Amino acid sequence: MAGGVAQALPTSPRMAAPKPESVSDRMNAMNRRQSLALLARCSAALGALAAGWLKPLVALAATPWNKNAFEAKTMAEALKALGATAPAESRDISITAPDIAENGAMVQIQVVSRIPNTQSIAILAEKNPFPLAAIFNILPGGEPQVLLRLKMGQTSDLRVVVRADNRHFTAAREVKITIGGCG
Amino acid sequence: MTEAMKIRATLQGDTADLRVLIKHPMETGTRKTATGIAPAHFIQSLVVQHNGKTVFDAQWSQSVSRDPVLGLRVRGAKTGDRISITWVDNRGERRTDEAVVMSGAV
Repeated sequence: MAGGVAQALPTSPRMAAPKPESVSDRMNAMNRRQSLALLARCSAALGALAAGWLKPLVALAATPWNKNAFEAKTMAEALKALGATAPAESRDISITAPDIAENGAMVQIQVVSRIPNTQSIAILAEKNPFPLAAIFNILPGGEPQVLLRLKMGQTSDLRVVVRADNRHFTAAREVKITIGGCG
Repeated sequence: MTEAMKIRATLQGDTADLRVLIKHPMETGTRKTATGIAPAHFIQSLVVQHNGKTVFDAQWSQSVSRDPVLGLRVRGAKTGDRISITWVDNRGERRTDEAVVMSGAV
């Protein structure tokens, strides 16, 4: 290079007097190169896989949103969309909720199902514009009970539908609302 | 930017009692504001995991209250177990928060 200052190049161990490579040295070097190349390819693949993997994993864990049920405008339609057209009344579902709620924007409800093999608990507010409020799928390890705060537009029944052993059971409790909470 | 959930997981015997406070507007899409109608913006799905295993998988509507309060119980828990909760809303926004099961003794 014109005008450059000559600098002593550092001698790498390799450039120093080469010692005879053993067979294992050569194998190690080759394996390291191959491993690095493989690792690079794997990382890229894993990265792509992970990005694609994670979404389906969360998607798999979460049941798709039941649009038909959630957009049903009447209790009957919601129950039909849930596949629960004729649920049996059950005294093994307890619903704790206020008799009278001052603020319809936050009505606290606690539901406990004592029905064996409870698979899911669905909560509906009969006179809300869209009655279905929530569905909880209970997987092994989860107890069949839930506490939640709901909006209720007006005095109406809070209905719970439990799916257990692939059959449906139901119970309801009226909550009187003094100030509606749906906005 | 979503706000963190507050998750309290307290051991009662071998059951973890979970109390969760979620920050989310849970807009119904019918509320009138000074400038028009606030568009629907609410949590649609929620997954609760215990040590990486899903124990609850919920679907919600706009009928769940703003800043939802949620109570759940998980069996077979021990102090130190991990509880993780993920929600996804109708805009595709999501949030995961974790907590550790604490002893209930005070």
